[in-house]
Amino acid sequence: MKLQRLGMIAGVGLTATLALTACGSDNTPTPGASNSTAATKIECATGSLAVAGSSAQKNAMAEWIKNYTTACPGGRIEYNGNGSGAGIQGFTAKTADFAGSDSALKDTEQGPADARCATGKAVNLPMVTGPIAIVFKVEGVDNLSLKPATIAGIYSGKISKWNDPLIAADNAGVKLPETAIQSVHRSDSSGTTDNFTDYLTSAAKDAWTFGKAKEWKAPGGVGSKGSDGVAADVAKTSGSIGYVELSYAESAGLKIAKVYNASGAAVALTPEAAAATVASAKVTGTGDDLKLKIDYNTTEAKAYPLVLVTYEIVCTAGNTDKAPLIKSFLTYTSSKDGQAVLTKLGYAPLDETVRAKVAAVAAKIAA
Amino acid sequence: MLPSTTTEPVAGELLPRRRRFGAETIFRWLTTGAGVTVLVIIVAIATFLIVKAIPALNANKENFLTYEGWFPNDASPKFGIASLAFGTVLSATIALLLAVPVALGIALFLSHYAPRRVATALGFVIDLLAAVPSIVFGLWGREYLVGPVAELSTWLNQNLGWLPIFGGDGPFGKSVLLGSVVLAIMVLPIITSLSREVFMQTPTANEEAAIALGATKWEMIRTSVLPYGRPGIIAAVLLGLGRALGETIALAMTLGAGFLISFNLIEVGGNSIAANIANGFGEAGEIGRGALIASGLVLFTITLIVNMTARIIVYRRREFR
Repeated sequence: MKLQRLGMIAGVGLTATLALTACGSDNTPTPGASNSTAATKIECATGSLAVAGSSAQKNAMAEWIKNYTTACPGGRIEYNGNGSGAGIQGFTAKTADFAGSDSALKDTEQGPADARCATGKAVNLPMVTGPIAIVFKVEGVDNLSLKPATIAGIYSGKISKWNDPLIAADNAGVKLPETAIQSVHRSDSSGTTDNFTDYLTSAAKDAWTFGKAKEWKAPGGVGSKGSDGVAADVAKTSGSIGYVELSYAESAGLKIAKVYNASGAAVALTPEAAAATVASAKVTGTGDDLKLKIDYNTTEAKAYPLVLVTYEIVCTAGNTDKAPLIKSFLTYTSSKDGQAVLTKLGYAPLDETVRAKVAAVAAKIAA
Repeated sequence: MLPSTTTEPVAGELLPRRRRFGAETIFRWLTTGAGVTVLVIIVAIATFLIVKAIPALNANKENFLTYEGWFPNDASPKFGIASLAFGTVLSATIALLLAVPVALGIALFLSHYAPRRVATALGFVIDLLAAVPSIVFGLWGREYLVGPVAELSTWLNQNLGWLPIFGGDGPFGKSVLLGSVVLAIMVLPIITSLSREVFMQTPTANEEAAIALGATKWEMIRTSVLPYGRPGIIAAVLLGLGRALGETIALAMTLGAGFLISFNLIEVGGNSIAANIANGFGEAGEIGRGALIASGLVLFTITLIVNMTARIIVYRRREFR
């Protein structure tokens, strides 16, 4: 009897909580409503899509899916941010209708992916680009600027104290403490690490000898699972430094370092500064494949050089009955409206010329 | 109980006859089937692990058993289980060292010291602890426990730094110690519940005999409860060890993810097979997945050995008694 009453109380409590959360989620779409009026141009399609892949673009996907389904209630899209590797595997095995990925298809993956597309070809469409923030927590230091070589030195363990002459040289006039540096990296394999090490490889060739990979290869430092984990570790540990996507840095309220670009200027992280780097990216894919090559050594003075680019991997044809919805959704995400949504989420919109190319390929997607 | 007239056997009637497809036979086959299922599942898991692991192991450019790094997604894959297996066993052992004394204390308190009302309520709370998802423990460890453990590490380092296990020069934080503390809390309810059950089953005759001979309560527990419960305690501890060895997400969030064989408990680092699988699976390529599955096979073997050892110990003790 007693237990039953307890259960009832718990039930009431649970219902109340659910009701409250329901209110919570009811409130959020209100700003989104203005988006959907702007996005009335979406050519709707019906059906359902299962999409899997990169967790780095999960926030962007969630926002796009929300906006798309608000405008087109007939289309159901689910994005599973279980990782690029799992996304590509799901795409090849036909359990995902297209995949989000932090890196373009490798040569070994291209064959099976093309085979899946039957009459079409599997192509990489750059869709979500965003800056990676270098976050830090050092007592008494509010502003920090770092050269790529300094970042590489810190992360390879060569620089171990905050008052190291190399850091001091990058920060004239800043008083640095003698605390030990705790570098925080991702313990799970991730596209963020892949892009970060890619940046270090090309911008700090001499200081970074560990190459680019999704797994962390340098010795030392502490690993943390997920960007949220890295942000949490940096927030807790005095003397720490980490690399996370901008949105995580902002939500954890962390201080963000300025990064020197190849022109010699220390640039603060802003969406515009990141967009300037994305604008200098070159398309290296052939035909409809729009694989991008970011120029980490851009000499554009206003550019924040440390950015990541993520792709949608999709069939140009051979999408059977899913084709209309894939085409409609990707046309929206590659539209000006779709890309404009990204800025407030801490990503950077695609450069206009690249965006136009992506939109053109999206418009060609066929059954 | 009310006397029921319907089920009472009527005098003079024969015993129920054994029918070929009666409830008896069907139930027997059902239980046999359930028993066989376990074997089928184990064999299926082992086969799956081996089949998926072989291609990756063939592609490996390093010795799988001795290499300490884990880079299976490179152009020339290199990965080895050494540091992961070491970390798994180390963190589980420390967790047990921390958890077992406390768990046995709680169990004895519940079975022999606490007033019955308190024991029931506390037992309920302990069981509740077992129902908390491991990711909650992981988050709790990462967000809250990391602070106190870091302070403890600093203290240990300053006062006992001459011991290699407490060496290093900081900053301290996510270490084997933190992972083990979280793990200890997670295995606590399992060991407590099982040993409490065993302690409560101590024959009253044994206990009363001890007291009649002039034993104090503690002596009574030492001479009758603990010896009687020993096989049960061992079984409980090894069940806890099994849980500790296989724990995934809580360790992935609280260990510092290094690939080193080191006995140092407080320096950042530490890793385990299961945590590494959780960390690496999402972005793994074909070889990477195979490599992780191969590491799963090693964990499977370790757990098998542990459980078999447990059985052997329990069996031997029983014979001696």
